[in-house]
Amino acid sequence: MTHHQPRIDTSPKVSDEIRKTTCYMCACRCGINVHMREGKVAYIEGNRDHPVNQGVLCAKGSAGIMQHNAPSRLRAPLKRVGPRGSGEFEEISWDEALKIATDWLAPLREKDPSKLAFFTGRDQSQSFTSFFAQNFGTPNYAAHGGFCSVNMAAAGIYTMGGAFWEFGQPDWDHTKLFMLFGVAEDHDSNPIKMGLGKIKARGARVIGVNPIRSGYNAIADDWVGITPGTDGLFILSLIHELLRAGKIDLDYLARFTNAPVLINGAEGPEKGLFLRDEDGKPLVIDRKTGKPAAFDQMGVRPDLGASYEKDGVTHITVMQMLAERYMDPQYSPEAVAETCGITAAKIRTIAAEIARVAFDEAFELDHEWTDFRGETHKTMTGRPVSFHAMRGISAHSNGFQTCRSLHLLQILLGTVEVPGGFRFKPPYPKPVRAHPAPHCGVTPGKPLDGPHLGYVQGPDDLCLKEDGSPARIDKAYTWENPMSAHGLMHMVISNAHAGDPYKIDTLFMYMANMSWNSSMNVGGVQKMLTDKDESGDYVIPRIIYSDAYSSEMVAYADLILPDTTYLERHDCISLLDRPICEADAAADAIRWPVVEPDRDVRGFQSALCDLGARLGLPGFVNEDGTQKYADYADYITNHQRKPGIGPLAGWRGEDGESHGRGAPNSDQIDRYIENGGFFVNHIPEGANYYKPWNAAYQDWAVGMGLYDSPQPYLFELYVETMQKFRLAADGHGERQPPEHLRDRIRRTLDPMPVWYAPFEDDVVDTEEFPVHALTQRPMAMYHSWGSQNAWLRQIHGHNPLYVPTKIWQANGFAEGDWAEVTSAHGKITVPVAHMAALNENTVWTWNAIGKRKGAWALDKDAPEATKGFLLNHLIHELLPPKGDGLRWANSDPVTGQAAWFDLRVKITRADPPPAESQPSQPPIKSPVGQGPDELRWEVGK
Amino acid sequence: MHPAPSVIVFTTLSGLGFGLLFWLGLGLPAVTGWTAFAFFAIAYLLAVGGLMASTFHLGRPERALKAFTQWRSSWLSREGWASVATLLVMALFGAGLVFADASWQPLGLLGAALALATVFATSMIYAQLRTVPRWKTPLTPALYLSISLAGGALLAGQVAMALVLLPVAAVMQVLWWARGDRALSESGTNLATATGLGSIGAVRAFEPPHTGTNYLLREFVHEVGRKHAQKLRILSLVLGYALPVVLLLLPFTHVFALVAVLSHLAGVAASRWLFFAEAEHVVGLYYGKRAA
Amino acid sequence: MTTLPSKTEKKLGLVIDLDTCVGCHACVVSCKGWNTQNYGAPLSDQEPYGADPSGTFLNRVHSYEVQPLADSAKVQPAAQLIHFPKSCLHCEDAPCVTVCPTGASYKRTEDGIVLVNESDCIGCGLCAWACPYGARELDQAEGVMKKCTLCVDRIYNDNLPEVDRVPACVRTCPAGARHFGDLGDPDSDVSRLVADRGGMDLMPEQGTKPVNKYLPPRPKDQMDRSAEATQGEGDIDVLAPFLAPVAEEPKGFLGWLDRTLEKI
Repeated sequence: MTHHQPRIDTSPKVSDEIRKTTCYMCACRCGINVHMREGKVAYIEGNRDHPVNQGVLCAKGSAGIMQHNAPSRLRAPLKRVGPRGSGEFEEISWDEALKIATDWLAPLREKDPSKLAFFTGRDQSQSFTSFFAQNFGTPNYAAHGGFCSVNMAAAGIYTMGGAFWEFGQPDWDHTKLFMLFGVAEDHDSNPIKMGLGKIKARGARVIGVNPIRSGYNAIADDWVGITPGTDGLFILSLIHELLRAGKIDLDYLARFTNAPVLINGAEGPEKGLFLRDEDGKPLVIDRKTGKPAAFDQMGVRPDLGASYEKDGVTHITVMQMLAERYMDPQYSPEAVAETCGITAAKIRTIAAEIARVAFDEAFELDHEWTDFRGETHKTMTGRPVSFHAMRGISAHSNGFQTCRSLHLLQILLGTVEVPGGFRFKPPYPKPVRAHPAPHCGVTPGKPLDGPHLGYVQGPDDLCLKEDGSPARIDKAYTWENPMSAHGLMHMVISNAHAGDPYKIDTLFMYMANMSWNSSMNVGGVQKMLTDKDESGDYVIPRIIYSDAYSSEMVAYADLILPDTTYLERHDCISLLDRPICEADAAADAIRWPVVEPDRDVRGFQSALCDLGARLGLPGFVNEDGTQKYADYADYITNHQRKPGIGPLAGWRGEDGESHGRGAPNSDQIDRYIENGGFFVNHIPEGANYYKPWNAAYQDWAVGMGLYDSPQPYLFELYVETMQKFRLAADGHGERQPPEHLRDRIRRTLDPMPVWYAPFEDDVVDTEEFPVHALTQRPMAMYHSWGSQNAWLRQIHGHNPLYVPTKIWQANGFAEGDWAEVTSAHGKITVPVAHMAALNENTVWTWNAIGKRKGAWALDKDAPEATKGFLLNHLIHELLPPKGDGLRWANSDPVTGQAAWFDLRVKITRADPPPAESQPSQPPIKSPVGQGPDELRWEVGK
Repeated sequence: MHPAPSVIVFTTLSGLGFGLLFWLGLGLPAVTGWTAFAFFAIAYLLAVGGLMASTFHLGRPERALKAFTQWRSSWLSREGWASVATLLVMALFGAGLVFADASWQPLGLLGAALALATVFATSMIYAQLRTVPRWKTPLTPALYLSISLAGGALLAGQVAMALVLLPVAAVMQVLWWARGDRALSESGTNLATATGLGSIGAVRAFEPPHTGTNYLLREFVHEVGRKHAQKLRILSLVLGYALPVVLLLLPFTHVFALVAVLSHLAGVAASRWLFFAEAEHVVGLYYGKRAA
Repeated sequence: MTTLPSKTEKKLGLVIDLDTCVGCHACVVSCKGWNTQNYGAPLSDQEPYGADPSGTFLNRVHSYEVQPLADSAKVQPAAQLIHFPKSCLHCEDAPCVTVCPTGASYKRTEDGIVLVNESDCIGCGLCAWACPYGARELDQAEGVMKKCTLCVDRIYNDNLPEVDRVPACVRTCPAGARHFGDLGDPDSDVSRLVADRGGMDLMPEQGTKPVNKYLPPRPKDQMDRSAEATQGEGDIDVLAPFLAPVAEEPKGFLGWLDRTLEKI
């Protein structure tokens, strides 16, 4: 029979134009090609030239078109007319909105700037928003890092001057064994997926350490279904085995870490501090001379095993202290097996495999390089074992020390900044000393005395008032959490409501859904936001909020400044902030309005330029008092942090030909647009490994403006800063912790990685609450505000609680069942589903699928509200009261990171099941109505 | 499969209508004039009504005529041709009986053959589908034909034939169910072959690709409770076959005849509901809906 | 004519690597975006913001849990999770084509792609009934059958740079778990991948002869097997030498340290 087929056009026109900008559907900041048809957004794909995603794009990125056109977009500034929490608003003009804000804020600045708490959520303009807060003069500024991942960042920076995710990446092209720790596979998502793809294409091995075998762990060749909160102990046991077997890189440790640095062993105010020379440089013993020498002296060969007597005091090396501690039988596989839920044999097998690959499969790259001591190396040694971790290991009250343990492991193996190992992305590596210290000096009517956030190097850097009370509303940089590098956004509302440490007047937030999925204790927080005092005024008197969408938080604000969508705005992904660099290149990027807003909305940063000028903030007005920056684009182009250093590194100088340093260039944004929305400058070959010690890299970094001078440093296996806090706890020094914290500081601020059980285990009955409960965002929705997205919500419209086989059977669960899940703090009733590939004492769910009725322009019976749920109801921002009258934060004692994953619950079958997920809250009134009944989305045909 | 009213009405009514046309084509009963008109009118109402109902499940019914083009490969197309041919031939034959008082026998026999061909083609739409193991059997055309013939005989007043064919259809029905209940598990298609993962171990659907519904779930995944199905099967046998037979054995009255026809129709409709509702499309395996 | 071509010049299709897919749904949404804006009618959504949202997608990602059976080497093997993208497999013996009463469904002779000519489709749904894989979805707004076109409007499109002439799902896949090429050419990259990694057919017993192939997951949890082997008697642990102790105590360790540093 003959075969006929129609003629079709296989070469149709794709679009009128491609506009290249940066995605904002999560924190990856991939480059996107926005295909335009008849002036409208028609299709979004990844930008092949972009350093982050190299053409690929995730589900959220491709669904950006639905986000950009979502019916939940706010349309105009809103003034609250009903009670807080009702969702009743009236639309007002921008002029009126900014006048209200000015009238509220100007008196605070004149009298007491700290009465303003300005916190931003998924803000990608922190160097700008902090500039605003600093100019306003309030010490109360931070973004969402405190409730997200500060342990990850701080442990990395304090240990090795950089961390995972946006700070660094495994050497995907050379690694042969990749070990990934931690639940919640979200950050740096496309780069990690691309990296896993490279590993898999080569047939290299992946080990996943995660209570839940989903996502990346599903493709791991070997899965370690560890008990939540015990990763640190498992890692220290691996270290125990590697030390015993001598499978550590002694040459690397001697040259590039503080393992050979001498530590004072005498009781007293110097105990545990480094032996230093007159210039303050830590001393090592030079194996050639047997004498002490500064660590960075030309030609010095540090001795790892030395000890040194000075003035009757014995000093031994960090290496000896490490061996002493971790060779102890308490870290043997047999000793930790039960706690970690991993057999001793398996721990040993993993240790052996790590040792085998690191040392038996070592290789050389033919790149000559010169180190900071002036020694030239003919080749670069590769150790093809690499590690990475997700938020899971950090969102515990022992998360900082756990992250430190992992860094200790990779440094002992000599696999950081070497081929096949873990590599930093510029502007990292960057030692702690190159970061600012935190500032909290408030003067009415004046800017703050310096940047808010930074890295403390001892008690002197804490943000305490003269009476020793916390200077910041979130109690960051206090004895409760001295090294809280990102602030504690999760404590702001609770502390402001309690008036502890003091009361505030205005809470000003951006892109942070604090009345819903971004808060612990959701119902409690909603009550704090709506509580009134005896005189009938709100306890938190004023709330200003900026968001692009009708999120749950909108209903709880008094004044709404509607933001644009990400395709309608200017942004800079700046080297001053957390840029988009890759291990081989420095890069930054912009967003620009590929379409103009069709609503009365403004980019939040442009609104701040206006508000800052109305308030007369020095950085926002010219000398004649007029507005300095017309909008955010003007700021991006013309602001200079230091002479020649601005938000964007590319095409600086009047002719636009300078990179890194140079005068502002009025055509700079156009040059970015011409280049596809980003700028990239590659690190020269020979400079791209061993960066912290590589003279060629250091020189390149100075040229790029990343440093003002070369900053070589040693990796800190031993963090002296932490010992300084412990000395204070022992009564040394002027600044002293309160009595109730001394023991905790001694125990938890150990300068060498240590493991202790998560705090919740100490304060709740672990027999009554035997089950660990975790959450993670699905890959298709991480950071994507996804529920109003018509495409993504079809994929994840509600979420069951996944239950392991043991608990499933014990409760006699069947498909379609519901369960009551109870913690020490609260109870939820939710649908359950069975999962076998799960730690036997752990339950989990997808986070932030559950939505409040009436939010996000969804039907009030949307499955997100009826079958979806939040685990947040079970978690409190405070630990259960201990009877001492004190408020103990449910946070890491080092950094203040919210300890989401310490949660323990019990679970029983709900019979009969409820009609919908509990607790169920009444609908809030939608300020934007509800979306349409059908979509047939096609433009320009 | 989704038991869509349109397909249940279609197969039930048109099966009966074409069954009646078959007997009329054979000249049983040998009617002429207005009596013939009444018989033909009933047959056409059923057959055409059924065909009309079938267009309700089309996404684009205005293009229905395009369905005549692919008779060389498609049973649905063939069914279209067969039904139109039957209706045309039988219209001519009927016109002869009603208006000319003439029985053009060859035309009647041709029409009868076409009527059977139509029912056969209808049944083959289902019986050809390897994706629905319950349907993929020669028993399916046998069932459709036997029901059509029995119902036609009942409606045509061929009591003796009906008393033979109704039990035959009932037996076919029971055989069809008995085989059907084993069909999926004996088909060799299961979640292990669907995913290719069976060599690793026992495969279980974990998380569906979407938390909401979609066309596939609505169309192909319909689950009937076992007890509910058993009740319906009994009801179908009683109403479709047993009761009509009993009524036929009783002294003839028009009321009994009408009750017998309606009872049969209801029984066949129940059977057809089960035909779809119990049919397991293998795509359900991907959604973990068919533990084969 | 909806008969199948007796032979196609090429067999274009996808190779999906189940050992690499992390289940991120990138391919799903990229496909939705491209095909909403391109070939034929847009992929519609019903109740997109309502209580029961649904819509037409041409590619969806399932996930399966597999429980390996216990054997002598492993008493309690860990369960595995496998993400499983699924779209039209462009079968050589495509049952969806032959059942079509209008000729709207057809398989192209030049490359084997199975397409629906939407202007001929009456929306009877029979092709979806005939497909064992759930590859076809009837668009509720347009009333016609939608399916994967293998991005026939991309792969030959002169308006796209050559490197982009691949299906949208392949271009976007972050992990590189999707490969596109001519499976009729034994020397093509995709054919080699299938040969090297034991590429398999879905539901081979259905006789559809799918062009798309799936690469099975590599054997997992081999460490558990060697870990258990170390506990058994007589088994030789190949990894044991890597943990041969240099010292049991910190003191002995220092001695080792000194000796080793001497050699560096």
